[in-house]
Amino acid sequence: MTWSHQDKCAIVGVGATDYYLRGKSWPRTINDMAGEAILKACDDAGISVKDIDGFAYYAGASAGYVDKFDTGSLMETLGMSHVSFTASLTSGGGGVAGAVGLATAGLMNEDCRYAVTVMAVQQVPTARLGAIFGAMKPDPENSFLLPSGLIGPGHLMSVLARRHMHLYGTTEDVLAEIVMASRQHAINRPKAIRRTPLTKEEYLASVMLADPLRRLDFCLETDGAVAVITTTADRAKDCRQKPAYIHACAHGASRAWGRAFGWMGMPDPEFSSSGHQFVADRIWAQSGLRASDMDVALIYDHFSSMVLAQLEDYGFCERGEGNDYILSGKLRYDPATGRGVNGGIPVNPHGGQLSEAYIIGMTHILEAVEQLRGTAINQVADCEFALVTGGPAPIPISSLVLRSA
Amino acid sequence: MTTSIAYGPARVLPGEQIHISTNPDTEPFWEAAKERRLTACQCASCGQFRMPPSAYCPNCSSKERNWPTLPGTGQVFSYAICNKNPANGEDYVYVPVVVELDQAGGVRLVGNLTGCNAEDMHIGMRVEVEWTDICDGWVLPNFRVTDPA
Repeated sequence: MTWSHQDKCAIVGVGATDYYLRGKSWPRTINDMAGEAILKACDDAGISVKDIDGFAYYAGASAGYVDKFDTGSLMETLGMSHVSFTASLTSGGGGVAGAVGLATAGLMNEDCRYAVTVMAVQQVPTARLGAIFGAMKPDPENSFLLPSGLIGPGHLMSVLARRHMHLYGTTEDVLAEIVMASRQHAINRPKAIRRTPLTKEEYLASVMLADPLRRLDFCLETDGAVAVITTTADRAKDCRQKPAYIHACAHGASRAWGRAFGWMGMPDPEFSSSGHQFVADRIWAQSGLRASDMDVALIYDHFSSMVLAQLEDYGFCERGEGNDYILSGKLRYDPATGRGVNGGIPVNPHGGQLSEAYIIGMTHILEAVEQLRGTAINQVADCEFALVTGGPAPIPISSLVLRSA
Repeated sequence: MTTSIAYGPARVLPGEQIHISTNPDTEPFWEAAKERRLTACQCASCGQFRMPPSAYCPNCSSKERNWPTLPGTGQVFSYAICNKNPANGEDYVYVPVVVELDQAGGVRLVGNLTGCNAEDMHIGMRVEVEWTDICDGWVLPNFRVTDPA
């Protein structure tokens, strides 16, 4: 059934800081970077920062892994006179796409008029995600996981990737292609962290961190901030930029996914999936669309193997066929035609988190908006629909379809 | 399906670096482990197993629990191969493994797998529990390959 709020709200402003290698944003503070992203997003939208009266966060309003946003502190910093909506999705980066849906909930309930979604990350040495679980004292639940030495997200993800290889014959060649395609897309992007072409030999020479995943299968560790402004379609008409309509949005997941790799109890086929099947079914039902209707896909790429698993969950290819789909070149953007290679739908033409920058999924929303405006660096021709996904992670995970005006 | 790397013998992580914590729901599992008895949380009403142990049966909402003694065998569901000790970053080959336990309704435990070279491990291998003393007097179930072939 068509979603009753389809196209009734839109992203009207986007803003980002420079992207820094892990820790290099210091001595900037989290609120300094978040403030820059928010002010730029307001400028982009053609509104005053003082018009913002809603905050729709994800990851429990965390700012990276140890910092936390406080709405009152952001108001003191940026000068809004009041706020009438301040809420967050739970858990982590799985909710990034769904935060825009949360903004829509605030707008459609007439709680607020302009909602901002922001993430700022600063991975100083005491706040590295890669070691975050190792630094935690095991609680009673993860005492069933951490003693095995699965201390980082990459360790956890590698266990899922191996099961996928076992069930479907998935190869390391496909992981190489995912990383090489991402790198190819980042080459002409001035802000991207990794901009040099990557060969298969260089990929294979990358150190194995958690077999079957190599260092290059892990996303970047970067600092920076990204913010987006969401408002109603009526107000969007008065904004500076062409709106990117919120066509469908969902968050959640099934219990079969649940705590996911914090649990390792998922049945097949969920175990080696991305856990996105539930939200994928919801957004396709909300919109009447399917994967083949998308013009561009911004797929959360914290680990290369999870790009493959998401393409299967969303139906870009059948389950278990991601290997052949990707090896046929279908992730790649073809600058000559402005479309995908070999009939594919371009995936992460901004280079994604593997090559451009990792701001916990926010760069994917930013890229989707630029694609729908027609202002992206690797612009997809006639771009009408963009899919944005949140990170495969413990519940919630999330999904967003944006439509061009 | 990856380039084969000769890792050599897979080791269990040193017990003196491993901590756990418990709560009243999980403590019976760990108390049994202290006696080198492998158990899992089973609903006393409907018989469904669940791990980690929790307050309610997700199937029938009962709080009644059994802690049956399991045979301590199972098979490899999936695993990773790691080569740095997470406590100090030194070279150390270990294999975090997800094991589907026998006679426990398909529930799984995560531990380390030992008993053969890491590169020779594969999904479906038969394993049995091997106990490791860890900090604060607790005992951790790990696993040993029973049939390396």
